[in-house]
Amino acid sequence: MTADAVLFWSLSIALVMLGLAMGIAAWRIVWGPRAQDRVLGMDTLYLNGMLLILVFNIRAGSQSYFEAALIIGLLGFAATVALAKFLMRGEVIE
Amino acid sequence: MTDTLARPDLLLLSMILAPWVGAVLAGLLPRYARNGAAALSWVVALVGLVSAILLYPNITDGPVRHEIRWMPSLGIDFVLRLDGLSWLFSVLVLGIGALVVLYARYYMSPKDPVPRFFAYLLAFMGAMQGVVMAGNLVQLAIFWELTSLFSFLLIGYWYNNQLARDGARMALTVTAAGGLCLLIGVLLLGHIAGSYDLDVVLGAGDQIKRSPLYLPMLVFVLLGAFTKSAQFPFHFWLPRAMAAPTPVSAYLHSATMVKAGIFLMMRLWPVLAGTEEWYAIVGTAGILTLLIGAYAAIFQHDLKGLLAYSTISHLGLITLLLGLGTPLGFVAALFHTLNHATFKASLFMAAGIIDHETGTRDLRRLSGLRKAMPITATLAIVAAAAMAGVPLLNGFLSKEMFLAEAVSNPRDYDRNLLLPVLATLASTFAVLYSLRFIHQTFFGPPAQDLPSTPHEPPHWMRFPIELLVLICVVVGIIPGLTIGPFLATGVQSVLGEATPYYSLAVWHGFNLPLLMSLVALAGGTVLYVLFRRPINTNPHGGPRLFRPFDGVRIFDGVMNGLTAASERGASVFGTNRLQPQLRNIILVMLLAAVLAALPFWSGLGANGFTLTPPDPGFVVLWLLGIGCALIAAWQAKYHRLAAVVMLGGAGLASCISFVWLSAPDLATTQLLVEVVTTVLLLLGLRWLPKRQDAIHIPPSEQRRAKARRVSDLLVAIAFGAFTAAIAFRVMTMPAAPDGIGRFFLEHAYEQGGGRNVVNVLLVDFRALDTLGEISVLGLVGLTVFALLLRFRPGADSLSAPEQQRVQRASDERHETRQPGDTLQDTMLVPRVVMQWLFPVIVLFAVHLFLRGHDEPGGGFAAGIAMSIAFILQYMASGTRWVEDRLRIRPLKWVALGLGIATLTGMGSWIFGYPFLTSWFRYAELPVLGRVPLPSAILFDIGVFGLVVGSTVLVLIALAHQSLRKPRDRAPAHPPAPPLEEVV
Repeated sequence: MTADAVLFWSLSIALVMLGLAMGIAAWRIVWGPRAQDRVLGMDTLYLNGMLLILVFNIRAGSQSYFEAALIIGLLGFAATVALAKFLMRGEVIE
Repeated sequence: MTDTLARPDLLLLSMILAPWVGAVLAGLLPRYARNGAAALSWVVALVGLVSAILLYPNITDGPVRHEIRWMPSLGIDFVLRLDGLSWLFSVLVLGIGALVVLYARYYMSPKDPVPRFFAYLLAFMGAMQGVVMAGNLVQLAIFWELTSLFSFLLIGYWYNNQLARDGARMALTVTAAGGLCLLIGVLLLGHIAGSYDLDVVLGAGDQIKRSPLYLPMLVFVLLGAFTKSAQFPFHFWLPRAMAAPTPVSAYLHSATMVKAGIFLMMRLWPVLAGTEEWYAIVGTAGILTLLIGAYAAIFQHDLKGLLAYSTISHLGLITLLLGLGTPLGFVAALFHTLNHATFKASLFMAAGIIDHETGTRDLRRLSGLRKAMPITATLAIVAAAAMAGVPLLNGFLSKEMFLAEAVSNPRDYDRNLLLPVLATLASTFAVLYSLRFIHQTFFGPPAQDLPSTPHEPPHWMRFPIELLVLICVVVGIIPGLTIGPFLATGVQSVLGEATPYYSLAVWHGFNLPLLMSLVALAGGTVLYVLFRRPINTNPHGGPRLFRPFDGVRIFDGVMNGLTAASERGASVFGTNRLQPQLRNIILVMLLAAVLAALPFWSGLGANGFTLTPPDPGFVVLWLLGIGCALIAAWQAKYHRLAAVVMLGGAGLASCISFVWLSAPDLATTQLLVEVVTTVLLLLGLRWLPKRQDAIHIPPSEQRRAKARRVSDLLVAIAFGAFTAAIAFRVMTMPAAPDGIGRFFLEHAYEQGGGRNVVNVLLVDFRALDTLGEISVLGLVGLTVFALLLRFRPGADSLSAPEQQRVQRASDERHETRQPGDTLQDTMLVPRVVMQWLFPVIVLFAVHLFLRGHDEPGGGFAAGIAMSIAFILQYMASGTRWVEDRLRIRPLKWVALGLGIATLTGMGSWIFGYPFLTSWFRYAELPVLGRVPLPSAILFDIGVFGLVVGSTVLVLIALAHQSLRKPRDRAPAHPPAPPLEEVV
């Protein structure tokens, strides 16, 4: 097995698994049952989305989408924090 | 100086720019800087006047033009054009302007905010110069409306006076409506002639007169001219405009603005006049205005009212002369325009002095002022004699020409007795009211009960009148040596080859016109002696017989009718409820879009295309996204938070789709927007009313609600299907080999200096669109801010949310805990993370901004990232904590951003390029190395600032609602600063 083949297979498997993970996260978002489950589901979805973009980039051999991954990594949690704060305190900014 | 003389374009520019620059400067002066503002205005008028005089040698042989490209694709350029006619009017505007400025310095009270007055006056001067010097019809119409606007502001200068406000509004309504008609007229005219350029239009006379559109075009142009020049039946606004300060009446409403309509008819005389329609409309309006104005002037008790009706009558005379359509009539019209401006302006100023010194303008109260102010009296008597047409004064000469034209009217044989008789009658009336004006004011016993004791005004206040009256006399005695050459140039510039022979001599021998003049002089005097008493005791101060035709009453009736009709229309077709409004707007939009798209429909699916085989990953992603979106819509009514979460899921799916389809810019921007949107929605959720299960809904209401939801669903489906169809149609169109995308790909680097085509497109190729979009964004931010200032939440969301109450109660139960400890404890870790992330996110925003020109990123994305940095601080530590340490002032960001973007665009004017042309070069910077520095980067900074400002403005405005609610908890903190102060 050459290095290329290893890379190809590992990336493909990663894509499939990330897709599965996103599906499961989406299931949490849709079925809840509690609001907290949904928020957690969305955070997971965003995280997996970030990883998906990275894997996708490695497979395509380009760098131009790393920005998008960086944005999810750096700023994506802001939405989660806002949702969590809303659940905990009833308002986002006090 | 020779340099400047060799550059007529500079002189032309200074003639029009000086007043505008002066207006801005005067507006910036302190509130009571009377002398400063007057001196500035005087210098401005003189600069214009000197430029005009220096230009005179250039225009004797033909027009001087200076073109600035404005909207070349529409055939509209900014053309300054000066020929004999416009030179005469320019000198009128600037010369009388200079005199009026001098007069106004003494007339205006030091208690009035005089710089504002001079700023309006100068702006009016600039607008008038724009009309007179316009070389393009559309440009003329625009400046025309500007004169109406500044006339409105000047009439309403004393805005705490009800009469001034009403008069201003009436003048604006009438003249601006006329201006709109004029715009339609010139558009038609340009359509017929094939160009809006004045020289082309003037060369297309035959084509215009033969055109089937000639009559509608003529009617619209004349509506503009008649409303402006106060021709019957639109004359009624002019007497009402006399509520303006007298310098304004002297300047706008006798010498210049009301002459704009006359100017327009003269300007277009070669291509419009000479037809039956022209004769019928213009001639009729002229003679009716002449007679009605003169008759009404007789009965006025107000000095300025008398002069106003007299002005109407003289404007009617000029219009009648133009309406005759003969070259000699044109000469007489132009001559009388100049003469009328000189004697009427001086009479208005004299009336102003009388008002100023005696405190009244009522002819019945004034008497015997000749003793108190002998010099002013002499001047006014001479000017009034010119108005009456007494020999050896300029008014006599042009009136003589008018009477000669009336006698020799070659066209109208049937009525050839009528016109001379009516002309003589009007002249008789003119003698009558001039005599009454003089006799009532200056003769008789000295008036007793005047509000103040009259005396001569300061010398420099009288000086403008002295100069104008001197002109009246000199022109009246030696016309050939004074006005002759200039009048000839003016006539030549319009009539060209058709210039008739005319003589400006004072004595033409004893002929019919002279006899008519003498009859008028004698008749007027006799009538005055006979009817003096009944006229002076007439309580109405208005003409008898005319009650039903009173223009003011008709105008008020029309306005009331319009208001009532629009209110009725609004109540029938409008609704205050948000849902039907939104539904109707969307339906109309859909209908319009479908209609617009119909012509392209036929080829749907006809072009051979092959579907890309579906990628399983993509299919899964989209199923996720579609599912999230559908359930979000389903849950939005009762489970709002779940809907927000699911919207986030749908958003992520579309972001990854952008990545999948190779659109990194869209992906980055969309991700940032998703984050901000989630926070925004959550901030809003706090204030939405709670669901109340206890409310019983009757079944009929339930059915209606269901029907409404079904219809909304249908609308949504229709809209979605339509959008999808358009996308499908566009994407299946055969790609043109030299399509638009390819153009941008090829030229982005070469012309815009950037490798990121999307960003170059935004800040360079389509920068004007971007400027418009960010302006809208700024407006939206401001609107949300303004609306939220008055926002009062519903009663059920006023109290603190349940969670906060529970946590607070639990804190209070434990003796070791302070209220708020639960919040502090739970937020400890996230708060540290969020505070420390602040500089990192700012750095990331800078990174996005700087690489934007070559790689994904740019001002918009950077702006959103920056505002997320601010929001995080608010979420982590609360509004008070943040605002004690960091004042963001989003309004300043908005203003600065928009200002920078606009100024960058205007910067290219300095180098002689069109608005928003960009320029780029690489610069070697320390540490950073070789960095591209296009001017578009400045524009991008503007975009950045505006996006930050607008986003943060909305978020802060929402966040502050929590601080504004009545506090049911103990006020542990000092009260929050008001929102206005923070931003």
